[in-house]
Amino acid sequence: MKRLFSKPIRIGKIPRRLLKACIHVGISGYLTVLFYYGVTDQLGADPVKTLIHNSGLAAVIILLTTLSLSPIAKYLPCGDLMKFRRLLGLYVFFTALFHLLIYTLFDLQLNIKLLLDEVICRPYITIGMVTLLILFVLSITSFEYVKRRMGRTWQSLHNYVYLALCLALLHFSWAEKTLLQSSIYYWAIGLFLLSFRFRKIKR
Amino acid sequence: MTRKGFRPSVRLTEADVTDESVFKQRRSLLKSMGFFGASSLLVNSANVNAQLFDLFDSKKETVPKSASSYLPLDYKKSTDSSQTQTPFEKASSFNNFYEFGTNKSDPAQYAHSMGVNPWTLVIDGLCENPITMDYNDLHKQFPLEERIYRLRCVEAWSMVIPWIGFELGKLVKKVRPLSSAKYLSFETYANADEMRGVRSRYAGGGIDYPYVEGLRMDEALHPLSLLAVGMYGSALPNQNGAPVRLVVPWKYGFKNIKSLVRIRLTDKQPPTTWNILASHEYGFYANVNPKVSHPRWSQASERRITTGGLLARNRIETELFNGYSEVAPLYSGMDLTKHF
Repeated sequence: MKRLFSKPIRIGKIPRRLLKACIHVGISGYLTVLFYYGVTDQLGADPVKTLIHNSGLAAVIILLTTLSLSPIAKYLPCGDLMKFRRLLGLYVFFTALFHLLIYTLFDLQLNIKLLLDEVICRPYITIGMVTLLILFVLSITSFEYVKRRMGRTWQSLHNYVYLALCLALLHFSWAEKTLLQSSIYYWAIGLFLLSFRFRKIKR
Repeated sequence: MTRKGFRPSVRLTEADVTDESVFKQRRSLLKSMGFFGASSLLVNSANVNAQLFDLFDSKKETVPKSASSYLPLDYKKSTDSSQTQTPFEKASSFNNFYEFGTNKSDPAQYAHSMGVNPWTLVIDGLCENPITMDYNDLHKQFPLEERIYRLRCVEAWSMVIPWIGFELGKLVKKVRPLSSAKYLSFETYANADEMRGVRSRYAGGGIDYPYVEGLRMDEALHPLSLLAVGMYGSALPNQNGAPVRLVVPWKYGFKNIKSLVRIRLTDKQPPTTWNILASHEYGFYANVNPKVSHPRWSQASERRITTGGLLARNRIETELFNGYSEVAPLYSGMDLTKHF
């Protein structure tokens, strides 16, 4: 692959920590602010819908960002970017979990029977749950210790993130009333990012 | 049909109107939250960042209009009472009107580009006396009355809205339908110059416009069926279907076709927009029915949009015909799971 710079860009320990702090503050801050505005009824006519939509979208955007790190790291090149992947990946899971919690607590209002019905009978919700399950497994196996113990299986397990992306986008498109809506942009970006992994996925 | 003082079985009141002041500052926020929602912003990331900063930028804030800023109407006030009404600001900022875009906030943002005065509504087809109504006729030809109705969207949310209008049946009688007229077909205004969703297939959700709807003759003649020209005491805001729209409260919201330009009496069941788009999801009748699920979600319950944020316990059971049991005889002997 062509590279933008001949010398790798280094991100030192301190800038890295600062960047990570920014990611923490940015994402948790965004979700907290959303939640606060939701509770105080400042998210439009239906705060529940707005919150569900925005948190789901945030999860998709963070996932796309996570998956763009390795092509960017190669292209620049800047290997240090890879050190942000785990943090962002975990935030994908937490944001998606937040999305499910908002749906369960404030949309279904803890009607667990309805939740089970929806998960079983509504394919787009089933797919959303499968996606979350994959993200969960990837999250609990993301620790350095587990990674070392798992050896080669770790990589093949974590390749499921590509499946998670496709399922997440399918869940997104399916939830919309018509096909020609905003999700097609995210499909375009997602497929573009997947195109870098074409060989890997083929295997 | 001309029974004086028809009272719907569900009684709702003016006294229940929730205060509108709480809503004032949220427009800018709703908009800036769109930085995740508005897909177009994703085209380049610089835009996304710009929007992020907009979160704290109040300059773009447009002051939300209140009901009183629209033309006040002369009408007979409703005395019904029982349920909390949706605040005007919510009912006028959370709309499905795909001709102006597919986001709920799009119609409020873009519908002002539609000119509603002058206006022409043509009522023709299988009748002896086809007529044309202009903007003033809509307000003057029939005495206006207030009807406080529930509105149940097929997306499983609902509102309570005080409409102002006249019974559709009165208009139908005036054109003297032929005995062969079995259905009514309705058509929404469609003008690419004034409606961004008509102009662009993407903005309009891929729907072929004009938006069309239909009713069976007996449904149209039912005293619940209303042609609304106003809400909350004033003329309809454009995003709510100005200057005249249909309101059939026992059916899902999408039957309540907006900004009508034509009503035609026909002998065949007319095509309807959502049914054309996805016939397995949206039927011709579209009667509210908790027992018939939308293929993608349950219709057994709904969330009532009034006031209160996330913590509002607003999930309620959905009732057959949205609680308007007086329409049940229209469908006696029909399999409602088949004719959904």
